[in-house]
Amino acid sequence: MATKAPPLKPELKPLLSVRDLKAYFPLDEGLVKAVDGVSFDVLPGQVLGIVGESGCGKSVAMKAVLQIIDPPGRIVHGEVWLAGRNGDGAGIDIAALKPNSNEMRKIRGAEIALIPQEPMASFSPVHTVGSQIIEAIRLHQPVDKSAARRMAVELFQAVGIPMPEQRIDSYSWQLSGGLRQRAIIAMGLSCNPRLLIADEPTTAVDVTTQAQILNLLRRLQKQRGMSIIFITHDLGVIAQMASYVVVMYLGRVMEQATVNDIFLAPKHPYTQALLRSIPNVKSTPHVKLPIISGSIPHPFNRPEGCPFHPRCEKVMPGICDRQIPGLLPVGENHFASCLLYADTVQKPDGNGQESRSQKRKP
Amino acid sequence: MTANPIPTPSTEERILPVSSEAEERISVASNWQLVWWRFRKHRLALISAAVLIIFYIIVLFPDFFSVTNPEETNQRLMFIPIQPVHLIRDGKLDPWVPGITGKRNPVTLRMEWTVDEAIQNRVRFFVKGYAYKILGVIPSDLHLLGADSSNKDGTLFLLGTDRLGRDEWSRLMFGTRTSMVVGLVSVALSVVLGVLLGGISGYFGGIPDLIIQRLIELLQSLPTIPIWLAMTAALPQDWRPEQVFFAITIILAFIGWTTLGREVRGRFLSLREEDFVLAAELAGCSRLRIITRHMAPAFMSHIIAASTLAIPVMIINETTLSFLGLGIRPPAISWGVLLQEAQNVQTIALAPWLLTPGLAVVLAVLAFNLVGDGLRDAADPYGH
Amino acid sequence: MLRIILQRLILLPILLLLFSVIVFWLIQAPPGDFLTSYLATVASSGSSIDAAQVDAMKTQFGLDQPFHIQYLRWMENLLHGNLGLSLEYQLPNTQLIGERLLLTVILALLSFLFTWAIAIPAGIYSALHKNSALDYFFTVVNYFGVATPNFMLALILMWLAFSKFGVSITNLFSSEFIDAPWSWARVVDLMKHIWLPMIILGIAGTARLTRIMRANLLDELHKPYVVAARAKGLPEWKLIFRYPVRLALNPLISTIGWYLPQLFSGSLIVATVMNLPNIGPLLLHALTQQDMYLSGSILLIYCFLTILGTLISDILLAWLDPRIRMEGA
Repeated sequence: MATKAPPLKPELKPLLSVRDLKAYFPLDEGLVKAVDGVSFDVLPGQVLGIVGESGCGKSVAMKAVLQIIDPPGRIVHGEVWLAGRNGDGAGIDIAALKPNSNEMRKIRGAEIALIPQEPMASFSPVHTVGSQIIEAIRLHQPVDKSAARRMAVELFQAVGIPMPEQRIDSYSWQLSGGLRQRAIIAMGLSCNPRLLIADEPTTAVDVTTQAQILNLLRRLQKQRGMSIIFITHDLGVIAQMASYVVVMYLGRVMEQATVNDIFLAPKHPYTQALLRSIPNVKSTPHVKLPIISGSIPHPFNRPEGCPFHPRCEKVMPGICDRQIPGLLPVGENHFASCLLYADTVQKPDGNGQESRSQKRKP
Repeated sequence: MTANPIPTPSTEERILPVSSEAEERISVASNWQLVWWRFRKHRLALISAAVLIIFYIIVLFPDFFSVTNPEETNQRLMFIPIQPVHLIRDGKLDPWVPGITGKRNPVTLRMEWTVDEAIQNRVRFFVKGYAYKILGVIPSDLHLLGADSSNKDGTLFLLGTDRLGRDEWSRLMFGTRTSMVVGLVSVALSVVLGVLLGGISGYFGGIPDLIIQRLIELLQSLPTIPIWLAMTAALPQDWRPEQVFFAITIILAFIGWTTLGREVRGRFLSLREEDFVLAAELAGCSRLRIITRHMAPAFMSHIIAASTLAIPVMIINETTLSFLGLGIRPPAISWGVLLQEAQNVQTIALAPWLLTPGLAVVLAVLAFNLVGDGLRDAADPYGH
Repeated sequence: MLRIILQRLILLPILLLLFSVIVFWLIQAPPGDFLTSYLATVASSGSSIDAAQVDAMKTQFGLDQPFHIQYLRWMENLLHGNLGLSLEYQLPNTQLIGERLLLTVILALLSFLFTWAIAIPAGIYSALHKNSALDYFFTVVNYFGVATPNFMLALILMWLAFSKFGVSITNLFSSEFIDAPWSWARVVDLMKHIWLPMIILGIAGTARLTRIMRANLLDELHKPYVVAARAKGLPEWKLIFRYPVRLALNPLISTIGWYLPQLFSGSLIVATVMNLPNIGPLLLHALTQQDMYLSGSILLIYCFLTILGTLISDILLAWLDPRIRMEGA
């Protein structure tokens, strides 16, 4: 499988290793391939950014990792390796666990926590935020109610919520947007997870609050040494927070590299087009902002071959519309799934052989 | 920031189809077309709509579907059981009904009838029967079904007869007319009242809103059935059936409009705050134009769906009232009046076919509910 | 929350007063009065009463007084707990209504419990197992349940019991218990008879409630807070009941305010068909006979029960939904 992305340094064992993950939704009107072959690694203590347009499958991929995809969607292929605690053993493939099993539930919240997308709607409106955090705490740690409450208050302090003792007993709709976001982060941190998945944590807030939240996450990450997967469509946030970036489109990884490489030396035409579309102080005034031509195809109307080829300006007709490119190395720890780089690949079994074996009828 | 210069789009840029023809069609269709297309997908709702159309055809031409005059009594022919229709005769498609034989009960001196499969009376179509006027204007004597006139004693009682020897099938046709019309008219009245008062309340707010809201609360706090009974009991006994009919319809509407009124009020209140209304105001539209062209379409389809779902409620209400003797009164015929003949267990045990008007009620209510549900799903713009 | 309750409690007597005027006008509205129908009955049996006697009866019953005087007299008596005299039976109304009222309330409450006990689990199951065989079955039963008028259901069931089993299922008590004082045995006897009216009365409501519960729960199941709770690692069953079910139930609580009164007035029909000792059939007869004080009293009782039902529902809703509770604060 040429989609395997070899880790940065084999001795620095990744905390999470996603390999060719596929999650499909068999709907009445057709099959939606929301995640169609995604691979990446997350190292301990690293902030990984996943960036892409709406509908590219980033949220579904994260839900797949936690096995909380809404039915009828399900994982159809792939592995998700979680390293064992204290670096012992080879870790477990959590994609192979049953979604409702005890092992999976132990991992959810305790090892891998999710900060969901809409903080307003992510708390039940008829239960206090405190009770929901205490519930999370007591699910994974053998503490009694008063101890859990103390821990919840400490968490609120840690995320910067003023008057934590009182705020514990409020309802989510009584809190302002920023406070709610912090409360959701507190709930995610409640069991000291090794990996925190933050799904668009700053989309719904204003810029000032956004800066505060980002600072908070950075601080917490350094304090606790946890890894963060940061999902966003905002390239500016990625530049601030992430050390490694994964660019997704239509359920596949287009490019992945360190944050410097992505911004300074993007190799995939999609990434290049994205970066060009950012308004720049230095760009020529009174010239139309470049956009990516066309629009995202309908999920039931996926293009053959490379998913981006209908909108790509470097498309090679006859090649790009026939073969689906895998993740090809284009630099140190830098991979792009683009057939432009197919010839430069040193493949063990000969040039082009691997690419042709990618030919599939979608 | 990047090394690449800003490219200009090439003039020979390929225009790739980004949406299929179907998507294009949808984006230019009017609201009603969209509703119709979505409604069409519900097979059950379509079938129910067809059933309702059949019902309303009967409403328009009840005499055509009747066999004998529904008012015609004949003590001798009472409590005749159903003559079920058989389709095949001598291996051919030739509908017939078994004949009836009767013998006089020596104790009660009444005729008792049973169905005799040995006698075969053919069913004839488009026969001449009793005279009537189509829609009350055009004289005619054509009927859909009729008994075989070659057999002097041939009868066609598809649903048997009642205690006065009247043909239940023909009475059912007329009962359908009354019950379906009462349901429709009283809901129509409710809609007018509800939209008017609810609209005023919701759109203008302030004092009118306060008054109308209190009125709605008051009416909704009244125990419906006891109050109806009291109101209909207040109708003089000597009123003509048409007057009673009219009064019942109004009474039903007067209490029934509140639910719709509250919904309309709620819709107007929330719509008033919507940005598109603000945009219309800023564009300089008059109040009336805003209400009719901008706000009304947003909830019209919902109102229609809600009204369709209100009709079966009204039908059941009228049927219940008439059954209790406090609604439509004989000699007028409605489903409730027909069911009054079956109000005790002894009569039912003797003539269970008298319950068939109940089946008509169930069928009509089911059909209205299915169509209403289908309309509601189809009209909801956020359901997809 | 206290404020809401107080508001409603103050409203109660005002509404009742308003209703009493409406009710009194309604029972006065038919042309003629009790005497007219009484005289008609007397005349049809062949005898007659002379004019002087009629006048004497008029004064005795107070039927010659103007509207507002009669109304005031009635209100005065009501406030003293005197429901008046039944013109037809010549008995105090309290005696006639007495036990029937208790039985009416019991029937309505039992139907209510039955409805909720069946509809909520059925609705939850249907939502969780959408489009399963059982879901379709429930849907069909629900559609038919809503479409069948309850008096028809009562008639059919009574007929089936009669023709197939020779059993007559009317009344709420076996003959030996009808006038007996209350005892455990009587309660048991009541339970043996009341289950059928309870089901018949409750079926339409059960059907409606199941459909609403199913729809509400389906709406809630895909909301973000469910995803968040699952991501915490909550076991699926605990998750479903603590969060989406809880939230799906809230709008249903507000239907109690409308449903409970419906049960009170709906029991009238079932009670008439099945010949149960409820206040419904009593009212029906009183209305046709223009037995003023009796029908007026029963109508007022219905009004009171209706307002009470709404009040209970409002209190319940405020108690269960903190959003409503806090808004009043």
